[in-house]
This record gives sequence, C-alpha cells and structure tokens, in this order.
Amino acid sequence: MYPILQIGPLAIQLPGLLLLAGLWIGTQLAERGTARNKLDPLWISNMIFNALAAGVIGARLGYALKYLDLYLSEPLNLLALNLNTLSTMEGIAVGLIAAMIYAQRKGLSLLPTIDTLTPGLSVFAIFVALAHLSSGDAFGAPTTVPWSIEIWGADRHPTQIYELLIATGITLVILQIRNIRIFSGFCFTLFVALSAISRLFLEGFRGDSMIVFGSIRGAQLISFVVMIFALIALHVLARNNKEEMKQTSV
Amino acid sequence: MNTFHTLLQDSVRWSLVVIGAVIVGGLWLWASAVPADATTGGLLPSPREGFLAPDFTLESLSGDKVTLSDMRGKAIVLNLWASWCPPCRAEMPAIQRVYQENHERGLEVLAVNMTAQDSLAAVETFVHEFNLTFPILLDTGGDVGITYLMRAFPTTFFIDRDGVIQRVIVGGPMSEVTLQSTVEQLMEDVP
Repeated sequence: MYPILQIGPLAIQLPGLLLLAGLWIGTQLAERGTARNKLDPLWISNMIFNALAAGVIGARLGYALKYLDLYLSEPLNLLALNLNTLSTMEGIAVGLIAAMIYAQRKGLSLLPTIDTLTPGLSVFAIFVALAHLSSGDAFGAPTTVPWSIEIWGADRHPTQIYELLIATGITLVILQIRNIRIFSGFCFTLFVALSAISRLFLEGFRGDSMIVFGSIRGAQLISFVVMIFALIALHVLARNNKEEMKQTSV
Repeated sequence: MNTFHTLLQDSVRWSLVVIGAVIVGGLWLWASAVPADATTGGLLPSPREGFLAPDFTLESLSGDKVTLSDMRGKAIVLNLWASWCPPCRAEMPAIQRVYQENHERGLEVLAVNMTAQDSLAAVETFVHEFNLTFPILLDTGGDVGITYLMRAFPTTFFIDRDGVIQRVIVGGPMSEVTLQSTVEQLMEDVP
C-alpha cells in the first residue's frame, strides 16, 4: 500500500494518478482501434471527452442535490476540487447519457462503437486493480494462506493482486481477439462475460463484500446475472450474424 | 477462432456452456456465502472516527475469549489502559459508573489492558481496588495496541452498534459528563 507518492515537496495521491494513467492509455488504445471498426478517431475521442466532462459535472450535481441547502447557501462549493464530494453512480449515469447523445448525433452505430472502446476499458480495469493495490481498497478476507498480505490489521487474501492478474489475462485475450472481427459486438460482449466471471470468482475472497439476503455477496449475485445475460447475448449476436451472412450471400 | 464462432452459433452446445457456467458459478456463489458480520460491508477497518473498528480476539482476566465483532448490535466503549498510568486510574471509577447505569440499555465496556507493558498482578490489584465489573481484556502480545495505533495512555474508542468508531478520545482522564454524553449519542442508535 503506497497511497501517497512523495516527490520532494510534492505529495501525489497515487490511486488517482493511476486511474488517470489508465484513462489516458485506455483512450489511446480505443482511438487506435477506430480504423478496424471504420470509425472516425476524432469522434471517439470527442465522445470519451464529452462523457468524462459530463460525468464529473453529473457526479458533483448529484452530490449537491443530496445536500441542496448547503450548496444553495454556498454555490461556489460546486466548483471545489474535492474528490470526496462526488457521487459515483450519478456521474456514471450522466456520463453514459452524454456519450449516447453524442453517438446518436454523429450517427455512430452502437456495436462497432462499443467494440472499439473495449480494449481501452480492459486496460483501464488493470489500472483500477493497481489503484486498489495502492489504496488498500477492495481488500481480501482474513486467511492463513502462505501468500497472504498484511493489510488493515490482519493477514488477508491479496485480492488486489488476484484482480490485477485476472484483469491482465482478460486484456491479453481482448487484445488477441480485437483483430478478428467475427461479428459486431463480439469483443464487448466477451469482455463483459469475462469481467462478470472474474468478479463472481474474485468477490468470494473479498473481506469487504456487501451482503444481501442474509449471506449472499451482492456483487456476486449481480455478476452471476450479468454473466448469464452476456453468455446468451454472445449466442444471439452470433446467430443474427449468421442470418445476415446468409442474406448477403443470397 | 472459427471453432469458437461455430460453438457460439450452435444452440445446443452453447446452451450446455451456459448451463455449465450457471452450475459452476452458482456453486461458487453458494460456497462463498458468509454471514453478514464476516465482512466489513464496504467499510475500511481503521482506528479512526468514521471507520470500522478493527476486529480482535483477546482473553479476559476471567479466562473468557472475547471477540469485538461478536458485540455487534451493542454500543461499545473500548478503553485502552495500564495500571501504572495515573489518568487511567483517575477515569476508571467514572467508566465503572457509566457502565453500571447503561449496561442494561445495551452498553458494553471493554477495558483492554496493555499487558505487554504491565504486570498481571498489578492488573488484578487494580481491578479489585476499583471493583470493576466489565470485561478486562489482556493484550499480552501488544497486538491491539499496535492495531489501534496507541500513542497515549489512556485512549478510548466509542463504537456504535454497527461497529463504526464514532469518537476517539486520546489521553485522559475523561470526566463522567464527557463519558455519559458520548455514550448517550451512541445509545440513540441502539434499538
């Protein structure tokens, strides 16, 4: 755990820096993949930028809505550079809506666009794991395995390292298959399926799980459902593609 | 890759893959189910206000094993002390009175003696002298002192029924009013 990087008088929050690095490398990768899917790289980078900007604004407004009185009396606090006063879910929702509006206006079709973004997403997931390793978040359950790490006052499963290894594995798979376009949406749906399986597996070692229905780990339940949908979606997309191929050959 | 594509298009074979994933995934989900208090529910354990009180198991002076997380649902005053520390001596009678007044309402006091820096005989004399009736836990290895980043004797942690630290008082002695009012805040949340 090295949450703060000290360079001379400069104290840098390492988890945030890692996420930024992941975002940058991820965006680069997505832009480079545009040619494969016959998309304009400028449109893709604009879409990512719009989504990020809207996401940050949405996250702050979402937070301010919860404490409306405070923000009405001190509206300038809306501009505060404080990462703790952001609402994640609202930010993601607004960011996604902004991306969809941009894509709609530019006439970007859904499946090739998300396929293009997938390698970037996959690399970003590696940096999320690194950020977890740096901050000590997403920590494991106490254990006696010989490779346990001491964190938060106990010997625990190094879940951040498991996460890092699996995210790297998934990225290697995605980078391999992104050139083989067997059908539109394949790359993204496969990534979703693999990520859901990964989370379903990893969550079992976590020490900070939210528990639902008495003893079930909530994240596992969600991953389980997402995995089933993604596996079925892979089949449906492959079948549709088969029919399209038939029609075009006729 | 073509074989994978064929597999994806084959309804029967891909159904088998999906069913297999459901069975294996479902079994793993079931195998990794844990009681709600076995995880921190998204909280980080750290000896600071607003964080989950780090868990520990210690032996008490009467020989029982006491685990902090078993006390979920109760308001807890966790007092770290030593018999040779004057402010600890000064505040202990107040702690005993607040414990007596609030124990039935769901207050638990855990007085963790830093036994690694104390002697068992002195601890026994101390407990006898003040007629302490709450559990006296013995941190013989000094682990709890390290985990709770103890810097001054005494240090007191006020832990709510969800196991979250609401207030930390470093040093002492605490007055009975401070104790009682802080306990009152913890009690507001106790069902």
